[in-house]
Amino acid sequence: MEKVDCIIVGGGLAGLSAAYGLASEGLEVIVIERGDYSGAKNVTGGRLYVSPIRDLYPELWKAAPFERPVTREFVTLMGDGAHTTIELASERFATPAYQSYTVLRARFDQWFADQVMEKGGMVITKNRVDDLLLEGGKVIGIRAGGDDIGADVTIIAEGVLGLLSSKAGLREEPRPQDHALGYKEIIELPPGVIQDRWHLNEGEGAAHLFMGGVTRGLMGGGFLYTNKDSISLGIVVGMEAMRQAPDKVDSYTLLDEFKELPQIKPLVEGGTIVEYSAHAIAEGGIAKVPKLYGDGYLLAGDTAGLSLNALVTVRGMDFAIASGYYAARAVIDAKERDDFTAASLAQYEQSLRSSFVLKDLETARYIPHTIENPRLFTHYPQAVSNLMEQVFTIGPGPSKKLSSTVMGGVRKDFLNLQTLKELYAMRKI
Amino acid sequence: MNIEAKLGLDVFKIDKERHITIDVETCNRVCVNKACLYVCPANLYEIDDQGNNTVNYEGCLECGTCLISCDHRALEWHYPRGEYGVQYRMG
Repeated sequence: MEKVDCIIVGGGLAGLSAAYGLASEGLEVIVIERGDYSGAKNVTGGRLYVSPIRDLYPELWKAAPFERPVTREFVTLMGDGAHTTIELASERFATPAYQSYTVLRARFDQWFADQVMEKGGMVITKNRVDDLLLEGGKVIGIRAGGDDIGADVTIIAEGVLGLLSSKAGLREEPRPQDHALGYKEIIELPPGVIQDRWHLNEGEGAAHLFMGGVTRGLMGGGFLYTNKDSISLGIVVGMEAMRQAPDKVDSYTLLDEFKELPQIKPLVEGGTIVEYSAHAIAEGGIAKVPKLYGDGYLLAGDTAGLSLNALVTVRGMDFAIASGYYAARAVIDAKERDDFTAASLAQYEQSLRSSFVLKDLETARYIPHTIENPRLFTHYPQAVSNLMEQVFTIGPGPSKKLSSTVMGGVRKDFLNLQTLKELYAMRKI
Repeated sequence: MNIEAKLGLDVFKIDKERHITIDVETCNRVCVNKACLYVCPANLYEIDDQGNNTVNYEGCLECGTCLISCDHRALEWHYPRGEYGVQYRMG
């Protein structure tokens, strides 16, 4: 059996990041990607937070094919008949080095694969890894298209479903309670129109999230990211929420309903849909992160459950790239020791624990449970919009004092036992 | 734009070999919820004239939502072979 230093299952961001680190140090590395090219099977909302990973590969980001730096953040709370938008225009976000960028994965991942190959790494596309090869509990390589390839370490970055790793018993099968469905349309719009609609200077970008009234009260929301000459408009909805909904709804219709809302229609007006895509999202948080290493293998990226939906910040790609980076470091050091046992590879989990990856997931430990509360998607967006509507209303009769209007609304919708209980529960997030 | 037309915008390289197979027996006999019928973002599942659940695997976006949501593990689901399936141009 042919043997190399490292095989990487999956040429997405985690796999390519690991390959880049390994190839840079001269290790023999093969990435096996089932798509026609890296990115062919990948979907993001999406935005990549570069701040946390900038220093890991400082030379990489200057020429990266980002769409737009996100300089404006919008959050819309959607009520029935009224919605409230918060628009944050931050000078800091609009000044280099930008903290986050919108990206399209087919473009971004292909570029990343090119960088890996320039460093001497091999990226084999159009090949599906059919099995992990195990020998006495140790992963010794992979089988793809009838060929076996051996490796000192196999980095499993096969994506969120973890089909091979669960089959081999290296992690649990994904459960609906811990996953959401994300899907979107890419809608082409001229750059000038994008800039006008989201109040942007040339080249700048926006992220726009929508809470409430988008997913018929189910856990989830809408998102919109501006690319160079298109927008990504989509829905995230909890799988278990869909399964438990008393009135079953066909998931795909939520996006159509979303686009028909009077608040959204003018934002997509005149655009042309050019692609429709979908992906599962791990939302279980730190509690669902599996054991990340064992004899001869490491788990990275979505396969390792490294993603975080913290309502207004949604992350995963930065974790993927960082986990790939630390996986590469661990393999490089293991090779120096010529020891690829679990004990030697444990360094990987230790570095993730002392990095932002597992620290941020730990900090957010209670978020997955908290956002299961459907009132976050029904009562609160509605209550905020009702209150704002009253503040701005002048009726036919005499008006109340502003303070009475505000206090009336607050008393009605926020100063009650349930809200106080929910606020108390939120102290942990 | 209806869902079929949206899928028509995507690039698919269709394999003759199907990558999703429904265990119709389990599906018919024990599954009440049939989550696959409504969670699939491509709307690929439908009950045919004989009352059996069917899937048009050709339009699969490979998200795995049906697999994760299935109550009774009645789906045999793997990724299409290399070179086949959806190929996103943007993603």
